[in-house]
Amino acid sequence: MLNYLINGISLGSVYAIIALGYTMVYGIAKMLNFAHGDVIMIGGYVAYCATSYLGWPVLFCVLASVVVCIVLGIVIERLAYKPLRNASSLAVLITAIGVSYFLQNIALIIWTSNPKSFPNMVTLPPLVIGGLQISSVALVTIAACIVIMIALTLFTGKTKMGKAMRAVSEDKDAARLMGINVDATISLTFAIGSGLAAIAGVLLCSAYPTLMPTTGAMPGIKAFTAAVFGGIGSIPGAMLGGILLGIIEIFGKAYISTQLSDAIVFSVLILILLVKPTGLMGKKVNEKV
Amino acid sequence: MKKMSKSARSSFINYGIVIVFFVIFQVLSSAGKLSSSLSGQLIPICTYVVMALALNLVVGISGELSLGHAGFMSVGAFSGVVAAVSLQNSVTAAPLRLMIAIITGALLAAVTGVIIGFPVLRLQGDYLAIVTLAFGEIIKNILNCLYIGADSNGLHFSMKDGNSLNMEPGGTVIINGPMGALGIQKISTFLSAVILVLIVLFIIQNLVNSRAGRAIKAIRDNRIAAESCGLNIMKYKMMAFVVSAAMAGAAGALYALNYSTVVPKKFDFNTSILILVFVVLGGIGNLRGSIIAAAILTVLPELLRQFQDYRMLVYAIVLILVMIITNNSKAKAFIGSITGRFTKKAAVKE
Repeated sequence: MLNYLINGISLGSVYAIIALGYTMVYGIAKMLNFAHGDVIMIGGYVAYCATSYLGWPVLFCVLASVVVCIVLGIVIERLAYKPLRNASSLAVLITAIGVSYFLQNIALIIWTSNPKSFPNMVTLPPLVIGGLQISSVALVTIAACIVIMIALTLFTGKTKMGKAMRAVSEDKDAARLMGINVDATISLTFAIGSGLAAIAGVLLCSAYPTLMPTTGAMPGIKAFTAAVFGGIGSIPGAMLGGILLGIIEIFGKAYISTQLSDAIVFSVLILILLVKPTGLMGKKVNEKV
Repeated sequence: MKKMSKSARSSFINYGIVIVFFVIFQVLSSAGKLSSSLSGQLIPICTYVVMALALNLVVGISGELSLGHAGFMSVGAFSGVVAAVSLQNSVTAAPLRLMIAIITGALLAAVTGVIIGFPVLRLQGDYLAIVTLAFGEIIKNILNCLYIGADSNGLHFSMKDGNSLNMEPGGTVIINGPMGALGIQKISTFLSAVILVLIVLFIIQNLVNSRAGRAIKAIRDNRIAAESCGLNIMKYKMMAFVVSAAMAGAAGALYALNYSTVVPKKFDFNTSILILVFVVLGGIGNLRGSIIAAAILTVLPELLRQFQDYRMLVYAIVLILVMIITNNSKAKAFIGSITGRFTKKAAVKE
């Protein structure tokens, strides 16, 4: 029981880190970055290559993966999303799906569809408290999640760039009048989101060590569910939503049905959207006519 | 021809295209000029044409992005297979059985559409898209652990495994969880597929040009204005969604009865995206475009077999480029400066 709870929190922490990327991008660019899950997958592959082929130490692998993903995130934003800044949300969403497909197929061509077994990046002994054994991956994941959460809250709350970010998400035109470089701020948001995706990729693959071009898709969608669950646009909401979703998934798997666990997670999404469309911590926005 | 309205003329051109397509391929195949891989593609082409038309009704006419249409297709496919297999002995005429299977598929998919439509159509934009995606995954997930068998007592259902169906010794397992449906009799024919395309086309074209169709388009263009004119938003959105779901179900039944096996995994998110690609490349809201795009893009990979690995990559790039070109004012102006005709059209539109 307690074991399931810890597994759930650990999985939920990964979802939370991914969901943060979704929520920040949605908050600022008002778009659903469908390709976010595939950035995770690319991050996983980069870390895999760095450690298996180049034999780099763990920290460098993670760093390499973060750098590659940040560059990728900025390039995607500049090439695919920026030209559509004023287009309808349908157009942007279809473009994002296109980007997601592009990344999956690039990965398919480079790394083929054979699953790669990801080496365990966290080689610390498990923590034993009484009869309870907590794997080091779970501990590192939860710790990373907490650190990222605190860092992001401080960043958006205290720094100048964080304030600029909030201003842009509030009102783009007013922010531009105040001398904020809106394009740079949006790029920065994508960079942070993609960097977080890389970390999530490494953590996810350490816990579930099969790496395939489609690895990122499902966690990506689930993390979006988590972001909606917590209220999209809200950083603590993404955190809360992610962890709750992880717990629901693990408990669903353990007590209801392994095969239906995805169905359970998505049913939660649908229920939440019906009962409270703005999520647990979201703000209600009135539509202007 | 002069008395005919523009929309009626365009409808007849669409029927004409489908019939000409049918005649050409029928003649070619009876003359033995068609390669076996291409003649095997004829029914899938029709299926995808129907799927593209159905999705275009939701995405183009009703303006809601559905990412779960493969879910309706799979509901139609599996219910159609169950109907066809369980009637194998009582209804001996294959065309009649196929018709019953397609109608069953359409009805069950329509029921699923109603169940899904109520929660989904309250949402808008990105949320709606992601929830349809979620429903598509839920349907796939449930079908993956659904077991159905038939014996002399009727149908047996189970969510656990084939043994817990509690069937008599002579019973057959029709749907076997993740293994899908096995040993289906192939009763779909090219003629029936083309007839289905024509029926679907007929329904959509009449719906679009009717009072209800205009209401649906009004809601797409401005929901609030339409609502303040007294239109029942939910009713019209539901109409488009359920009709589209039923068509997808019919297409699914037709598709499944063309193969000896179908697995639930076939109807996943990728299939939904594939159909969306047909709709987007054919032109959102343009029925003729959907027909042509679906037909060409289904055949093309057969002809370009050596580029198989790059096909989806090219799709992805084309999808992104088409969206940018049609939605970015700079790109539009650039294209317009090359072809003067385009700008004139765009200016009239706006």
